[in-house]
Amino acid sequence: MSDLSVGFSETPRRSKVPKFGWVAIIGVPLAAILFQVYVPRFFTYLAYLEMPLLVTVYYSLRRRSPPFGVVFGMCIGLAQDSLSNHPLGMFGIAKTLVGYFAASVSQRFEGSSDLLRLVLAFFFFFFHQFFYWVLSRALLGEAVSFEPVQTLVLAVLNAAVAVPLFRILDKLDATE
Amino acid sequence: MDLILNRYRNLTALVAAILVQLILLAYQVKSNTEVRLIRVWAVTAVTPLARLLEGGRSGSVNFFKDYFVLLDVREQNKRLQADLNRVQLENQVLRSDLDTAERGKALSVFQEQSAMKTVAARIIGNSPGSNGRVVLIDRGTGSGIQPGMAVITPDGIVGKIVSSYPTASNLLLVTDPTFAAGVLSQKNRVHGTLKGTGNSNAMVDYVQNEQNVEIGEWFYTAGDDRIFPKGLPAGTVTAVRPGRTVKEIFLSPSGLQHGLEDVLVILEGDHKPIPDLPPPNQSVHLQPLPPAEGDAANPLNTAHNTSNNNGGAETDLDREVEHTRRIGEDQKHVFGERGRGAPDFNKIPEQKTPDNKVPDPGAHPVP
Repeated sequence: MSDLSVGFSETPRRSKVPKFGWVAIIGVPLAAILFQVYVPRFFTYLAYLEMPLLVTVYYSLRRRSPPFGVVFGMCIGLAQDSLSNHPLGMFGIAKTLVGYFAASVSQRFEGSSDLLRLVLAFFFFFFHQFFYWVLSRALLGEAVSFEPVQTLVLAVLNAAVAVPLFRILDKLDATE
Repeated sequence: MDLILNRYRNLTALVAAILVQLILLAYQVKSNTEVRLIRVWAVTAVTPLARLLEGGRSGSVNFFKDYFVLLDVREQNKRLQADLNRVQLENQVLRSDLDTAERGKALSVFQEQSAMKTVAARIIGNSPGSNGRVVLIDRGTGSGIQPGMAVITPDGIVGKIVSSYPTASNLLLVTDPTFAAGVLSQKNRVHGTLKGTGNSNAMVDYVQNEQNVEIGEWFYTAGDDRIFPKGLPAGTVTAVRPGRTVKEIFLSPSGLQHGLEDVLVILEGDHKPIPDLPPPNQSVHLQPLPPAEGDAANPLNTAHNTSNNNGGAETDLDREVEHTRRIGEDQKHVFGERGRGAPDFNKIPEQKTPDNKVPDPGAHPVP
């Protein structure tokens, strides 16, 4: 319970900003992209796990710096774009916004709360998918459909994966 | 100005990043070109890692299978599978020849005449994003692969190359919503455009409601898109219904039915005619029906068996008709003639077996 109260307190106890080594900053996003490129070949249902997005949310939350979130989201989004058949910038813009908002939220709330992480992962997955759909229709003119119910279910699944994943990523914090 | 930028540092960073990407996006959409350098870097960086993963996975899996489970059988199965794939591909291309020529002769003709030049590739990754139907293959410009080339398996078409890099290429699958190819139906020669639906099916668009397409009908590539050579199987129709302006035809892509691992990229295509329909009454050997319980010498069953060999009775009704006809023949009765009455249906007709043996008189007919 104490964890929850810290998570949603308006004046949270500010813990130190964690420090991650360059290996963690570069290696984890690369592994997340590789996961999305390679693993769904054998486990098709894992294609719906947006690992790069979860990693973006995590680092933006932990670093609490919107400029960092912007740059991190942009880089990981552009890397994803360059491996897809869509023009560069689609995932980039969506993840830039996610990085910015996640970092902004972390300035107000404590980012180490499991409940907050669950809610944010859920919200940002839905936001990411919706915004990507908007960009596809508005900028590329693609007649793709958006299924809110399916996206909500996937958002729940991604959020459920996010909590233990973030716990594992916490171990990479050099300050602990 | 500096004060404003400092005060709104976060927002400025966000706006700048979005703006840069919007300009990049607009440039690509407007000029219809891609920023190739970034893609080449990304693909070249990911390919070795994906290959390493795939190599490690397949190596370890094969090791356990080869040495602990199926030492020789696996090798043999691999050879046979490769042979089967080759024969299936040749069979598709030469179906029209195979109707008339001997199989061996036709295959040798194919080997001499086929101008199709292909290169084998392995799928090493998926495209990022849950809604994409694009995969990464381990062959690129170094193997002569260029964007727009057709990709097939022995079962049918798989997709086309949308971008190629030195070590890898992106393959757009037939199920992707942006995929399109000209197709022709086998039976009614209906022309349409094959499109992906985003799930495991594809659909054929631009077919008028008046045109006739049947469930189970095969669609083949038409060759007019200048990507797929004519005569390659695309898939079978799973559902047809009239739409508002054009028919809604759903197709099960034949190239994806057995999973995707190894594919063939067509470097030089070879147009072939759409194969004709198989003969309507193909001779298929059917076993006789099992005898009725405790009635092995049933004359009806015997009648059925003999008539079936002649291509006659196949159903209960057919057997009844055959039985009645035999009664008529046996009693010299002409059905339908006025004033002749009815034949004696209780009298068992004499059976005309191949060796002219009369069946057991104690046998009783089926009521």
